[in-house]
Amino acid sequence: MSNVAPIDLPIDEDTRQDLRRGERKIERTVAGRTKKRLTSRGATLAALVIAVLWTLPTFGLFISSFRPRELIQTTGWWTAFSNWGWTLDNYAEALQAGNSQLNMAGAFVNSIAITLPATIIPISIALLAAYAFAWMDFRGKNMLFIMVFALQIVPIQMALIPLLQLFSNGTLFGFPVIEGIGQAGYAQVWIAHTIFAMPLTIFLLHNFVSEIPGEVIEAARVDGAGHGQIFFRIILPLTMPAIASVAIFQFLWVWNDLLVALIFADGNVGPITKLLAEMTGSRGQDWHLLTAGAFIAIIVPLVVFLALQRYFVRGLLAGSTKG
Amino acid sequence: MSAFFQWLSNLTPLLQIPIIIGVFVAVVGLILFLVEIAPRRGRVYTIIRLAVCVAAPALILLVLESWIEAVIAAAVLGLLFFFLDMRSKEGAGSLFVLVAFLAPALLLVLVGLIIPAIQTTGQAFMNRNTTEFVGLDNFAWIFTQPQGLRVVLNTIVWVVIAPVVSTVAGLAYAYFIDKTRGEKYYKILVFLPMAISFVGASIIWRFVYTARPAGQEQIGLANQVIVWLGGEPVNFLAVQPWNTLFLIVVLIWVQTGFAMVILSAAIKGVPTEQIEAAELDGTNGWQRFINVIVPGIRGSLIVVLTTISIASLKVFDIVRTMTAGANNTSVIANEMYTQLRSFEGGRSAAFAVVLFVLVLPLVIYNAVQLKKQREIR
Repeated sequence: MSNVAPIDLPIDEDTRQDLRRGERKIERTVAGRTKKRLTSRGATLAALVIAVLWTLPTFGLFISSFRPRELIQTTGWWTAFSNWGWTLDNYAEALQAGNSQLNMAGAFVNSIAITLPATIIPISIALLAAYAFAWMDFRGKNMLFIMVFALQIVPIQMALIPLLQLFSNGTLFGFPVIEGIGQAGYAQVWIAHTIFAMPLTIFLLHNFVSEIPGEVIEAARVDGAGHGQIFFRIILPLTMPAIASVAIFQFLWVWNDLLVALIFADGNVGPITKLLAEMTGSRGQDWHLLTAGAFIAIIVPLVVFLALQRYFVRGLLAGSTKG
Repeated sequence: MSAFFQWLSNLTPLLQIPIIIGVFVAVVGLILFLVEIAPRRGRVYTIIRLAVCVAAPALILLVLESWIEAVIAAAVLGLLFFFLDMRSKEGAGSLFVLVAFLAPALLLVLVGLIIPAIQTTGQAFMNRNTTEFVGLDNFAWIFTQPQGLRVVLNTIVWVVIAPVVSTVAGLAYAYFIDKTRGEKYYKILVFLPMAISFVGASIIWRFVYTARPAGQEQIGLANQVIVWLGGEPVNFLAVQPWNTLFLIVVLIWVQTGFAMVILSAAIKGVPTEQIEAAELDGTNGWQRFINVIVPGIRGSLIVVLTTISIASLKVFDIVRTMTAGANNTSVIANEMYTQLRSFEGGRSAAFAVVLFVLVLPLVIYNAVQLKKQREIR
């Protein structure tokens, strides 16, 4: 789907226990415990090399985005001190750059308008289904759940063309069943993201929802609560942290997505990733635009990620908390 | 529906967000309310149930502007469902509740994933406009022509290299920084690329790979390093067949963080007693790592490898942004999109099917695992 995926595969009991123990230890060390030095000098060196290698490319982009155009084109960013000169013009120019229908500022707004609904809607729908899979008994439940789970690895490429035909002409198997919704605003992207998020989101939320102690739900039922109240008053508040971690993933996926945007967001509703990819093709050597543009595109996920890191790590290990 | 979306699309984007979310929350609230009162006894509730059973499916199709025949059929089916629900074993209303919770998700999955997947499979055996059955021609085209073979081969190279290298790098890094001072910050450094989109990562690496002619000052870090070492600048994205490797570097750069986080948690989960026992036996660091840690985290290793394998099979954004498949760097997902854009529906679908077939073994493995686990519990 995208660049970040939590453990979405079932794992065996022992592995799961190991991971949970490790997770608890991670949280404990934050509280401050004795820590030793790096294991050996060689290990220190290797760790440092990896850390530097992994950081330098982003760092170079960041530095370059503040350098004047002529300097970017003629000197390396590592000479920024000997070739002194800083500017914000790149950002001003990048925000106005784009194609005839859309500039980068507009694409940024589009990204927000696509991402927020495409995060909230699929998670709500998936939570409803996850509740049913976790706390209601019906025949064929396991079969159905495994089917939904297995669907997550059907590549979305398999669904793109027919879904596009359904949206634009309302046809299924070439037979018109509904009126097509056409190219009206963000509707296509919202619906497409909602559909493609379904299998994995249901699976992850199911893991969390089924962890709520049965006694709590039983007690509510004895007190006369129906499924609607249990869902709204117990499941929703108790799983909020879990929902947050799944929501972060969905947010990052949608914000960072390119494929769905290329197919379903045409013209003036394209998100920033699409516009950037397009600019890389058409203005591939205009580094003052590309560096600033790329930084505009990655700043939102970076902030979300750094601010909510705890939830993010928990979300990564989500699949391991319960099969 | 289309009129509503049309109206919505004329508003400013930031106003559209609260409206669409508001409408959606209202619908979910209504579902929850109906679910709450559905199983109650009494004539009023029965009538409400009946009304909803008949009206809801009809209304949905009406909103979607379907055929009038379909609307009537949906209403009749709703009526049938009402009687089925009346006589259900767990009491009237129980089926109603179940359907209310599951139907939205399952309908979306059915209409948006299952049916399209079947359609795509069908289209793979048809010509470009889906008007004529052509048998295996599309697949023959992929596998006989050097370009197509190259695409499949490139994808295999991705799947072989990316998961292994990112897992090994992630494992080494997680082990090196385990229990050290500042571990948290070490982690963030390697972890950060995960928040960056593939498009952003591609631009970052294109910048690293930029080449200037020999003699001029280099602006790309990679070429500057080569020049410092006394070599000639290389146009990384154009040298075949190595350019695919340079694209894979981007995926490795992103996925190592994922491997590192999972494996770090797994390493911390290995019981301390085992490590201490090995220490008492006089093993050195490397022996402890190979003989105690690695077997201890075997399960997590496999999970990380499979997850990254799936990601590498489906890789699209990187290739699209870096080279768009030029200079023999294309992969299946990218070629699928290229064919779609050149209106070759059949070939595009065929590529999608090939991708699916490559992913399939992993799906089966996972489903079997999950089934096994559910039986144990």
